[in-house]
Amino acid sequence: MPTIEIDGKALDVEKGKMIIEAADAAGIYIPRFCYHEKLSIAANCRMCLVEVEKAPKPLPACATPVVDGMKVFTSSPLAVEAQKGTMEFLLINHPLDCPVCDQGGECPLQDQALGYGKDISRFAEKKRAVDDKDIGPLIETEMTRCIHCTRCVRFGQEVAGIMELGMTGRGEHSEIGTFLGHSVDSELSGNMVDLCPVGALTNKPYRFSARVWELADHAGISPHDCVGANTNIQSVRGRVKRILPRDNESVNQCWLSDRDRYSFEALNSPERLSRPMVRRDGQWREADWETALHQAVSGITGVIENHGADRIGALAAPTSTLEEFYLLQKLMRAMGCHNVDHRLRQQDFRDDDESIMRPWLGCRIEDLGRARAILLVGSNIRKDQPLLGLRVRDAARGGAKIMAINAMDYDFHFDVAHRIIAAASDLPGRLAAVVHAAHEGSEVPSDVAAWAEEAEFEDAAAIASALKDAGEDAVVVLGNAAASHADASVLKSMAQALAQQTGASWGCPSEGNGAAAWVAGCVPHRAVHARPATGAEKPVSNAMEMIDRPLKSYILLNVEPTLDCADGQAAKQAMEGADCVVALTVFDIRDNVDADVMLPVAPYSETSGSYVNCEGRLQSVTGAVAPLGEARPAWKVLRVLGNLLDAEGFDYVTSEDVKNEVAWSQMPILDESPRCGVPAPNARRRPAGALVRIADVPLYRVDALVRRAVSLQLTADNQPAMAQLCAEEAQRVGVEEGDRVSVAGAAAEVSLPVRINDSVPTGSVYIPSAWQATVPLGNSTFVKVSKA
Amino acid sequence: MGASIQHYIKSFFLWELVKGMQVTGRHLFARKITVQYPEEKTPKSPRFRGLHALRRYPNGEERCIACKLCEAVCPALAITIESEERDDGTRRTTRYEIDLFKCIYCGFCEEACPVDSIVETDIHEFHFENRGENIITKEQLLAIGDKYENQIAAARQQDARYR
Repeated sequence: MPTIEIDGKALDVEKGKMIIEAADAAGIYIPRFCYHEKLSIAANCRMCLVEVEKAPKPLPACATPVVDGMKVFTSSPLAVEAQKGTMEFLLINHPLDCPVCDQGGECPLQDQALGYGKDISRFAEKKRAVDDKDIGPLIETEMTRCIHCTRCVRFGQEVAGIMELGMTGRGEHSEIGTFLGHSVDSELSGNMVDLCPVGALTNKPYRFSARVWELADHAGISPHDCVGANTNIQSVRGRVKRILPRDNESVNQCWLSDRDRYSFEALNSPERLSRPMVRRDGQWREADWETALHQAVSGITGVIENHGADRIGALAAPTSTLEEFYLLQKLMRAMGCHNVDHRLRQQDFRDDDESIMRPWLGCRIEDLGRARAILLVGSNIRKDQPLLGLRVRDAARGGAKIMAINAMDYDFHFDVAHRIIAAASDLPGRLAAVVHAAHEGSEVPSDVAAWAEEAEFEDAAAIASALKDAGEDAVVVLGNAAASHADASVLKSMAQALAQQTGASWGCPSEGNGAAAWVAGCVPHRAVHARPATGAEKPVSNAMEMIDRPLKSYILLNVEPTLDCADGQAAKQAMEGADCVVALTVFDIRDNVDADVMLPVAPYSETSGSYVNCEGRLQSVTGAVAPLGEARPAWKVLRVLGNLLDAEGFDYVTSEDVKNEVAWSQMPILDESPRCGVPAPNARRRPAGALVRIADVPLYRVDALVRRAVSLQLTADNQPAMAQLCAEEAQRVGVEEGDRVSVAGAAAEVSLPVRINDSVPTGSVYIPSAWQATVPLGNSTFVKVSKA
Repeated sequence: MGASIQHYIKSFFLWELVKGMQVTGRHLFARKITVQYPEEKTPKSPRFRGLHALRRYPNGEERCIACKLCEAVCPALAITIESEERDDGTRRTTRYEIDLFKCIYCGFCEEACPVDSIVETDIHEFHFENRGENIITKEQLLAIGDKYENQIAAARQQDARYR
């Protein structure tokens, strides 16, 4: 281990480290712009020049590896002169109008100019000006401010996996820009704003609305996916202004997905509900809490008296907190009803009785980045869980084999070694083939064998052997498309069979904070910690059954059934047919939901609560700002509803009390449990002339909050509802891009514009869910597409 | 002993009174410095820190760029600013309020302002008749600036060579 000396301080440094890393570890400050610990070394800003003994010139600390006996001086006259010289050159072209710049106050250039800049510029010539580029709704550009550190370019190339920004020209003519006419569409683009050391790339929705010194920081957890990304919610005078990542190496590192970062716009949306609303004689009117709560309670008790307790049901959005899930199920069970669920998009519940609680990733998030083989089944991991996608990309860059069995050839940002693309309805068969291949010689479990298709798949064998080669370092991940698949239980069981045979771990992470819902017992058949629920032997309804066999009363926790449930059309009808629908909601949803009482509750930024992520990590936060208007944290509303319904044990004072009652620390990631048997293949064959519908939920349509985040809705990732077909299929239907087709589902027909997308296999059509325009199709697996 | 006799004699001849009357007499005939306020006023320094104003450029554009440095520097937390991007893409305030009850007229806001927008004029005669009037809005501040621009500019001009 080389021993070096920095500013007279002797340090033992690992071989191959750069001077700047050694200095950072020892707490010695070296100015820098282009160096970032998560990015490759460019050494193009020259700000980190230091004096090294026996070197003829100052050397860049970020690109000079340590050598035994090296003596480094970071603030010797030579080093400081070099740094000051660099700063003077940087400030030649950089505008000196910090007061109007959004980066002012958090700008490394501003800070370092204070230490290394001259008080008066010697530059009297013309400064250069660069045209600002429009690179999308999330990032604002002021390219004249750019100092060409290329952090954003390197981020795109190395981390986000697509090079959307690049540098053209040389010397004074160099400019950062996108390919002609393109915007920056990465699902992680917001991180470029954090990386930019000057005000060239700034946060567009936040633009000019606050100053960094007046922002109050609050620790938060992002509820939109199963990662539980750590955020820093920044507010001014009780209003959330922006969200930044909070470093947590084992969860989100220093990154944040755009969905987590920009969903804050919905918190300040004009659609927020700030007062309780009740509907009487078809008219909505504002009410005080007491009136609204009493109307809710009398509605529910009326249904219990007239129809029985099992005629009510509760649906919770997967983005709710652990406390909310727990109180909701406790409230329902106190009324003698087990109809409570959060798995709104799940369609297949056949393994409920047998399966263990496993809304997990199957390994730690960190381990995913170190895996040697990853098989993605029904997963668009890049868009569904962008931060998990980053880990998969890390693994791929480390040489791991990434394989995919999907209904659509998703545009991943990592190389896929083997891929099987098949119609959604054929996925279990394809996975069965892989299980088959993994058993080579030994006997395949008969239930799986029944699913295996006759055709041999070359890739199936390759996938099986890659998983076997990686042994314990292999992971099989089922994605959102698999979890909401009509044969989800089959896919899960087969994934387990595959994992058992190959030694891999496997997991099926839930949506949002779904893991917490399992912990809290917010499922009809299981109580807290997934213990069997007492009294749930009698028929109980899961999310799908509550919709399919309409109940008389519903309690909705942040759910918009039409957009959030697997079968939106049925959900809509169920709400219309119910006697009493009580919606605990962040937004005014009267246009979407046929509710009777709307109780305003606080979104994630305004309530304390706990989140359990896909690796079982429990993270608790307090509210960042006070709830808007008369809105109240949902756990408090549920607590009061418990009191009014005379339920026992609803005397909590803080959300902490609720959490303590749940008494959860951490779930072991790997627990061995017997595999559930796979149900026999059903005879659902594709009707002649029909296409298989891919019904993925686009990443910016996943929950009520994201759907109201204005800027996210404008991104290129958020294509409006369209029927996406491959060119071959489009030709067969006789349509071209931009034409309209009529799509007939089981119950209804809708007209949608066509988009040619060759990642959709022939025989399939991608019609996204969670759009009002596609709701009438319900959850039809097969649709008929014809020219409109 | 000697001191007490001296004190006794002084008291006996009302010496202190005579001395006092001497001062009175001197001032009785000296040139008067009393100013008959409000009819008469003393001259004020161009650095006088009175009522605030927001200035404009000669073309009518408001100077303030919503950098919020005055808000940050204000020791009495009297300034409240909200800002946003104006349609032409510039950084502008949507709200600029000063609570004159909180303000201690220290002039830091003026010092902090990079564009000479917020200034303290030499107006010191103002009052409020209703609750809430102590908080002056952006419109009021701009109006003060418009009205007294000549005065404000002259004062800055006078003081410029000392800066």
